[in-house]
Amino acid sequence: MMEIGLTHYLAFAAALFTIGVFGIFVNRKNIIVILMSVEMILLAVNVNFVAFSVFLGDLVGQIFAMFVLTVAAAEAAVVLAILVVYFRNRGTIAVDDLNVLKG
Amino acid sequence: MLQIAAFYILAAVALISAIMVVSAKNPVHSVMFLITIFVTTSGLFVLAGAEYLAMLLIVVYVGAVAVLFLFVVMMLDIDFVELKQGFMRYAPFGGLVALVLFAMFVLVASAVVEAKVDPHVLASPTPALDVANNTQAIGRILYTDYILFFQLAGMVLFVAMIGAIVLTLRHKPHVKRQNVGKQVARTRKTGVENTKPKIGEGVTL
Repeated sequence: MMEIGLTHYLAFAAALFTIGVFGIFVNRKNIIVILMSVEMILLAVNVNFVAFSVFLGDLVGQIFAMFVLTVAAAEAAVVLAILVVYFRNRGTIAVDDLNVLKG
Repeated sequence: MLQIAAFYILAAVALISAIMVVSAKNPVHSVMFLITIFVTTSGLFVLAGAEYLAMLLIVVYVGAVAVLFLFVVMMLDIDFVELKQGFMRYAPFGGLVALVLFAMFVLVASAVVEAKVDPHVLASPTPALDVANNTQAIGRILYTDYILFFQLAGMVLFVAMIGAIVLTLRHKPHVKRQNVGKQVARTRKTGVENTKPKIGEGVTL
């Protein structure tokens, strides 16, 4: 009988990461969906950390996954705040207009 | 058997939801599918034996990040149909890049799975389940060996919080606010007035 092993989790994480990258490409104009794709990519990285941590028997992977989670949450908060301010000033969040931020 | 079925069901739901996130027309639906991904992935973590991270995923991602996304999507009045344009234009190139990336991942993963790891190089070996469960084991090393990183993570969150507040805070004019100094500086002289109105005349304020 086949067991669920490291390979299964790695394949799942690879597929999730790939869909995230694909999402960044196809939703070039919609920065909110791009952000969601980035969150998916970070989640895929977390799945990899946890899978290796569990199947190699080393807890550090789970500790590191926690820190990735922390950074992902902080990043989402700051980027969404920037988006709200940008929308307040420009009335749009089109990615094409974002180059005004260059100053 | 149950484990295998659970893994495949959870993984399939997560991947289908992931495709829906990037292809949904309405961003609110995208956020809902994102929540589905987080919940199912958390189920996969439970399946792998990482219960603590599974619960953390629910609390942090579903409870905070996804709700934040939902707030922003609903607060901003945006024409999302216009933003959806160009999906088909970029799909071939994006699909090509995704395929190449996936092939690379599979190659690397198959090489890594074959490799054997020397148990002596493990930084913090997982203790046996009868010694400490997942949460206890993580707590034991997180608050000892990794306390500095733990506190730095707290600093990251703190700075992000301050940054988000500073970015979005604005003082509107014509909004009445409490001025504590002015309130405290009031004396009896400026606050109370004694008048003796004559009958039938009243007081001018």
